[in-house]
Amino acid sequence: MSMDFKEQVYVVEIVKGLMITIRNLLRNMMNMRGMPTISYPEIMKAVAHRYRGRHRLTQKEDGMLKCTACMLCATACPAKCIQIEAKEGADGEAEKYPSLYNIDMLECVYCGLCVEACPCDAIRMDTGIHPPPADSREKFIYRIEDLTTYPEIKNPRDPV
Amino acid sequence: MNIEYIAGIIKAVTIPVMALNSIPLLVWMERRGSAFIQNRHGPNRANIGPITLFGLLHPFADAIKCVFKEPFRPTKAHPIFYPLAPALVVVPALLTLAVVPLADHIFLMGAEIPMSVAELEYGIVYMFAVSSISVLGITLAGWASNNKFSLMGGLRSTAQMISYELSLGLSIFGALLVYGSLNPNEIARLQGETFFGVIPAWGVLMQPLGFLLFLIAAFAEANRNPFDLPEGESELVAGYHTEYGGMKFSMFMMGEYVAMVTLSALTVTLFFGGWQVPWVTTEALQATVGQPLRVLCQFLAFAGKTLFFCWLFIWVRWTLPRFRYDQLMRLGWKVILPLSIVNVFVTALVLLGLGWMKGTL
Repeated sequence: MSMDFKEQVYVVEIVKGLMITIRNLLRNMMNMRGMPTISYPEIMKAVAHRYRGRHRLTQKEDGMLKCTACMLCATACPAKCIQIEAKEGADGEAEKYPSLYNIDMLECVYCGLCVEACPCDAIRMDTGIHPPPADSREKFIYRIEDLTTYPEIKNPRDPV
Repeated sequence: MNIEYIAGIIKAVTIPVMALNSIPLLVWMERRGSAFIQNRHGPNRANIGPITLFGLLHPFADAIKCVFKEPFRPTKAHPIFYPLAPALVVVPALLTLAVVPLADHIFLMGAEIPMSVAELEYGIVYMFAVSSISVLGITLAGWASNNKFSLMGGLRSTAQMISYELSLGLSIFGALLVYGSLNPNEIARLQGETFFGVIPAWGVLMQPLGFLLFLIAAFAEANRNPFDLPEGESELVAGYHTEYGGMKFSMFMMGEYVAMVTLSALTVTLFFGGWQVPWVTTEALQATVGQPLRVLCQFLAFAGKTLFFCWLFIWVRWTLPRFRYDQLMRLGWKVILPLSIVNVFVTALVLLGLGWMKGTL
């Protein structure tokens, strides 16, 4: 690597470098909001429309689960994290429904294949929630009650 | 009681307190400034209720945290020298400020009072004598911690500061020849004239090379980037203050920032007219606005210039990478030292020639 005399003297090059940093400083001082850093708890990054977050089980208008316990999601699941126990509907004519629907969040790989497999639009991953931490393995197994209720997401959503 | 004694006591209290109070400001400037340079927001969260003051409360939170930490000493560290070392870094830096004039003399109840703690006829010599003590503190810290990284940091700083101390002294030699005085207030007053009535006759115009060399040596003396090899965190953990924590560690930080203030004040006094408000002499200013406002104006001019150089220290730190050790030594001994000697020589010759022409020699 060879430098000409002007570069070897350093001073001019140092002044050039100083000009770059002061330009950055002034630009950011004039336009604090334009900085790429996001002040996290106050400002949240928008969740992408197709972000695969925590699962939820959708419900019919009468509050029953849309799920018919057909086991397609459990079959499609590559991580084998869905556990379903089916039960006959009332008087034997109504649809089957799951009496137990557990997802082990420690095993789930968030691939979304269960959503694609479902013929009834009964399971979705559109909550936009990153699964929260817990302090025991049992708490990571989400049951029907957990999957039908979920906290309101604070992040803004990208438009469709 | 004599008015001069009272004024002396007031100055001896106020000036160190002012220097210490500039530390949180500089820490804030450093952290927010570096953040903005790197497209970050920097610390802006510490608050008292809704008041955050743009992050100015962070240094206070840090100070409170450091004060309440346990005064810890490693088992094998030296019981006396280990706690002594931080004090040896802070105290000389504060003592050096004693001779820096903040404004021209004031006349109060028939007495002429200098606006520095002590106006010494050989103030510049005093400054260099006292500021050299801080290298002892750093070396002592490295040795007394009984840690190999600290020791290496301390040794590095010894070699570095001794090398650059020579250049620091020699680089202002030319300026001192031009002024013909070692009294800081006298030096500041001599810079009140103008060239051709427009350009303030600041030392930097008479000694541009001297100023540049002095500035480089000052960066090395203050252990600031690009010369912060004594703490070089990539190879020495944290250098000489690896084993220090709590208030002892923050005393090293305080020492660093006070040294920045001191060296900036020295640069301003020697090369940028000290307390001189550009184009206005003390007498003219006093005749126009009266003594209290005159002192305020001069103090603000001095503080503004000093703050600019403090900012330069910070600015350079976030622009340049650190030197390698051999590069540091080569720069110090093979470039800066010979250039300072040449500068002294040429200045002396020019002054001799000028004196000859004027017939004073």
